[in-house]
Amino acid sequence: MSEDLKKTPLYDLHVELGAKMVPFAGYSMPVQYPAGIMTEHKHTRAGAAIFDVSHMGIVRLMGENAIPALESLLPADLANLAENSIRYSFFTNETGGILDDLMITKVPGGLSLVINAACKDADIAHIKSKIGDQVEVEVEYDNALIALQGPKSVDVLARFDVRCADMKFMTFMSLDIEGVACQVSRSGYTGEDGYEISIPGDKAEAIVRRLLEEPEVEVSGLGARDSLRMEAGLCLYGNDIDTTTTPIEAGLIWAIQKRRRAEGGFPGDDVILKQIADGAPRRLVGILPEGRAPLRAGVEIANAEGEVIGKVTSGGFGPSVGGPIAIAYVASDYKAPDTALNALVRGKEMPCRVVKMPFEQKSYFRG
Amino acid sequence: MSEIKFSEDHEWIVVDGDIGTVGITEFAQEQLGDVVFVEVPEEGKDLELGDEAAVVESVKAASEVLAICDGEVIEGNEALADEPSLVNSAPMGEGWFYKVKITDPSQLEELMDADAYKTFIEGQG
Repeated sequence: MSEDLKKTPLYDLHVELGAKMVPFAGYSMPVQYPAGIMTEHKHTRAGAAIFDVSHMGIVRLMGENAIPALESLLPADLANLAENSIRYSFFTNETGGILDDLMITKVPGGLSLVINAACKDADIAHIKSKIGDQVEVEVEYDNALIALQGPKSVDVLARFDVRCADMKFMTFMSLDIEGVACQVSRSGYTGEDGYEISIPGDKAEAIVRRLLEEPEVEVSGLGARDSLRMEAGLCLYGNDIDTTTTPIEAGLIWAIQKRRRAEGGFPGDDVILKQIADGAPRRLVGILPEGRAPLRAGVEIANAEGEVIGKVTSGGFGPSVGGPIAIAYVASDYKAPDTALNALVRGKEMPCRVVKMPFEQKSYFRG
Repeated sequence: MSEIKFSEDHEWIVVDGDIGTVGITEFAQEQLGDVVFVEVPEEGKDLELGDEAAVVESVKAASEVLAICDGEVIEGNEALADEPSLVNSAPMGEGWFYKVKITDPSQLEELMDADAYKTFIEGQG
């Protein structure tokens, strides 16, 4: 393994727990623990699992201009975002493509962003060059970020701070965990109820060890995180969305609120607003293979005549679904659920059909 | 008297006369993780050393199983279609992939015996 891979504050604990460490976005990260991806995935859907997501970036934009400044880079309505509420959004480019997707929290005096590990440096450079003169940019370097995910997460966390139980999905508050002030959001990327918890780096290992003492809690790696988010129909940057895909093609229109659709004022607004009005040439859909063979990213999708009309961007085995699942772009004529298509795998046609996502129903706490 | 040989691609072959039974090793299944799909070669297929003989997919990724020697497939393990996890639970038993009628036994001389393979995987740790 390369010497210059970065380590999160939980690295030693991962190794001690027997994790298989892999390079990911410049970090050495646990892809799985001895229990294996299948078990870790199923445990997340039934109990509570801890994921280390410290490789993701936390950036704060402070100052009275933070909202209009950030709105100039992305299509979310932040002016109407309540204090301590969270919104999903994406930085767009001039052609309507996506530079990164992110979570935005309205905090006192500004906004706090969680951005993808692989895009971290580019995002920070983008923010600084475009709006660096309008906001104060603070990058968080020392914290650990963990996700506690699964239906039992609330029971577990309430033993440390009961206030977590009243938090609604996509809201934020500071909680006391073992005497440490942690920044907690009720959110995640697994399709389950849960929390994302930012902990001072030097306190992170002790808190994670303490959480693991709770009977419902197990550790889970990046492998299970990927199969969980696929089942939940959530896009992964770099796979399902990138600079060549628009939010409309990716089915993310729900994250462009009404005011921004009316006013525009974000990079690529001409392309994106036109696609909202006229439709996009291709759409991201769920694909359910009829056989047992998983369809991996890059597999082509053909119509009944054998003409290639799409491509898989994420695919594999869904442990809770109990079979293969995939996410693919298809030409818009083929986006309707139940459309019969063929995936081209190793020179063979594998029958599959378009399905609505998520593959597994979510259970978020809406209060 | 049968003998077992191992390849650097973490496959094993048990040779009995001119018939070989082929599978992947304990080390390989551990590396793969939970196996969710296996495609074994059909009876009658002619394999040449290094051809893609089978496909094994875990939750993580797809891997090719390359032909360990030349020969004609006489049987694929049908049980793996319904129960791919046999590769995890019994990689060197019920989780075998295919049986082959060996046409060039000299190719097997290049393979490792159990002791040599043990040393080989220790070097891969």
